Amino acid sequence: MTSRQRVLDRIRAALADVPADESAEAAPAPPPSAGPAAAEGSADHGYRRSHAGPDPVGQLAERIADYRATVTRVTGADRARAAIGAALAERGVRQLVVPPGFPGELLPEGPWRVLGDEPPLSRAALDAADGVLSTAALGIAVTGTLVLDAGPGQGRRALTLLPDYHLCVVREEHVAGDLPEALGRLDPARPLTFVSGPSATSDIELERVEGVHGPRTLHVVIIAQPDAAVRSGR
Amino acid sequence: MTAPQEPDRSNVVWLGAPAFPEAARAALADSQLRANLKHATGTIRDKRLAVTAELDDWEQLREAGAALKRRTLRHLDHYLVQLEESVTRAGGVVHWAADAAEANAIVTGLVREAGAREVVKVKSMATQEIGLNEALAEAGIAAYETDLAELIVQLGKDRPSHILVPAIHRNRAQIRDIFQREMGRWGRPAPDGLTDDPRALAEAARLHLREKFLRATVAVSGANFAVAATGTVGVVESEGNGRMCLTLPQTLITVMGIEKVLPAWSDLEVFLQLLPRSSTGERMNPYTSTWTGTTPGDGPQNFHLVLLDNGRTATLADTVGRQALACIRCSACLNVCPVYERTGGHAYGSVYPGPIGAVLTPQLVGVEHAASLPFASTLCGACYDACPVKINIPEVLAHLRARVVEAERARHRLPTAEALAMTAAAGVLDSPRRLAAAQKAAALGSRLLARDGRIGALPGPLHGWTDSRDLPQPPAETFRAWWRRNREQP
Ligand code: SF4
Repeated sequence: MTSRQRVLDRIRAALADVPADESAEAAPAPPPSAGPAAAEGSADHGYRRSHAGPDPVGQLAERIADYRATVTRVTGADRARAAIGAALAERGVRQLVVPPGFPGELLPEGPWRVLGDEPPLSRAALDAADGVLSTAALGIAVTGTLVLDAGPGQGRRALTLLPDYHLCVVREEHVAGDLPEALGRLDPARPLTFVSGPSATSDIELERVEGVHGPRTLHVVIIAQPDAAVRSGR
Repeated sequence: MTAPQEPDRSNVVWLGAPAFPEAARAALADSQLRANLKHATGTIRDKRLAVTAELDDWEQLREAGAALKRRTLRHLDHYLVQLEESVTRAGGVVHWAADAAEANAIVTGLVREAGAREVVKVKSMATQEIGLNEALAEAGIAAYETDLAELIVQLGKDRPSHILVPAIHRNRAQIRDIFQREMGRWGRPAPDGLTDDPRALAEAARLHLREKFLRATVAVSGANFAVAATGTVGVVESEGNGRMCLTLPQTLITVMGIEKVLPAWSDLEVFLQLLPRSSTGERMNPYTSTWTGTTPGDGPQNFHLVLLDNGRTATLADTVGRQALACIRCSACLNVCPVYERTGGHAYGSVYPGPIGAVLTPQLVGVEHAASLPFASTLCGACYDACPVKINIPEVLAHLRARVVEAERARHRLPTAEALAMTAAAGVLDSPRRLAAAQKAAALGSRLLARDGRIGALPGPLHGWTDSRDLPQPPAETFRAWWRRNREQP
């Protein structure tokens, strides 16, 4: 007998108490995707679809800052490019990784050398780089999270992992209020990285130390559309 | 029939570890340990309370998490087969392991196939449970733990003592000494003049491990969840060592307990709210990675998922005890437990310490192999209140106590006083005073058989079993009595 068969047989024997006509799909899942209530109590456990406040973008900025990351909010591409340039200069970046598909209008000129990933950079080259500049697929306001999905401007996962400094830009229209909404907008078939603040550990006497293996410094630039700013009176 | 009668699940409990009361007595005498633990559990507890209070529907989220786990476990075969299909479709390879030995053999074979002599590892309870590092070492393969705490434990030739912060029993000076002494033997040595500042220690670990990440070709991880419908596997972590392991090597081998499967992608909306807030007391942990099979040009190009039973199906068969399989390993129950706070994790003699360890360990290995653990609790109920998936740990503890007693009775072929008392009325368990009386009577009853703390040769058909070994005597003192006596002491 294969181990597969043995384990499945053991499971079926162990579940002798489950009625044969109870189907897996009919059993309850969380709302609202779940459909009607079934076998085990109510499908609607009544948890909220969102805990986001009235200003999700402000909430995102505040909660990212809570993780001791730097947050800059700007309106429009020109100001974003200037803010990015200032941040890179202040950091003293010399070798900057920029993933394929990063929007050209956001890429500032500067004394740094831009490393693309075509052909793919070696691990050593990534390790030696001072920083990486990327976009994000999504921001999640309630948890202060950025999600990278390896799409344009984000590149393969190693790019935003090995350099010690990560400057990530996220557009206001990509801000989701809370996790349920965010997960609904993401494609699980892509490799996803949820980033909430810089790499951190509390393993030594519970004292928080930023950065053990991932980027030790996270700087987030949140970009508002110019016309959106006009609408909201900024 | 080639199936082994007795599955090899031995590594869940540490062979030779003393029973809980004995180990706990030693731990209680260690004032440094108690101070570290008190500080750690208190701090994490407060953080957790603050972030769970932020969500006014926390109770509903717990209820949803519990219901989802219940439903999944009731149809585990269905979801595992579905997961296998989805992972395979996405380019992964699924393996099934009935026990620890089999899982270790599968992983060892895969590492060899990849032509590697070393692997980098993401912190994982499942691989600790099966003793994977030791099995790999025997096969001549070095396994490097890359989580800072696990590195401290590994370099210190030590055991983890907490699910979330495994090296919490060590202070900074001890960690500096371990780094100075051991790092050089494994790779890049600790820098000269290393201080005991946590920043300096973290930096030393970063440099030491980075060279391993950069050359690694094979990584081994656990999984916090896997989604049946999509084949997506996920790991939740803080340091980025997980991302390194999941991203840089060519081959990724993930060992996952079969209970970690979830039906749908959208189910993560519940668990990604419950887990970080219950575990580290953060709104979200720094990094969560998910992957679905392999992605050309990004990350490992070979992905293997090992589905591990190792006592889980035996646990599933117990309709009361099976709820322990809902555990998402957040460690909240450890931090609220008055017993854990004073004894620390080592006293439990298992990779799973604390309240969840007291119910999970005996079920995974068989109650007769961890008989003192269901008694390692005051049944105060704090763990139940803290648990994000509402595992009724006190209920399972009481249930397992009865099973321990039954197992003892079966072994002795004698109705002990305790067995009679325990099986007569489950209601006794709800009354601390009556329970204490029953246990006292039981201790007296079973001690009649023992000499010098061991039960020697048994009469009749049990004789063969005791020819080559002595039965441990049931504890002279119940855990509760021991606890009362010891906690009163300064
Ligand atoms: S039993 Fe509950 S509280 Fe304890 S580790 Fe598991 S999920 Fe967390």
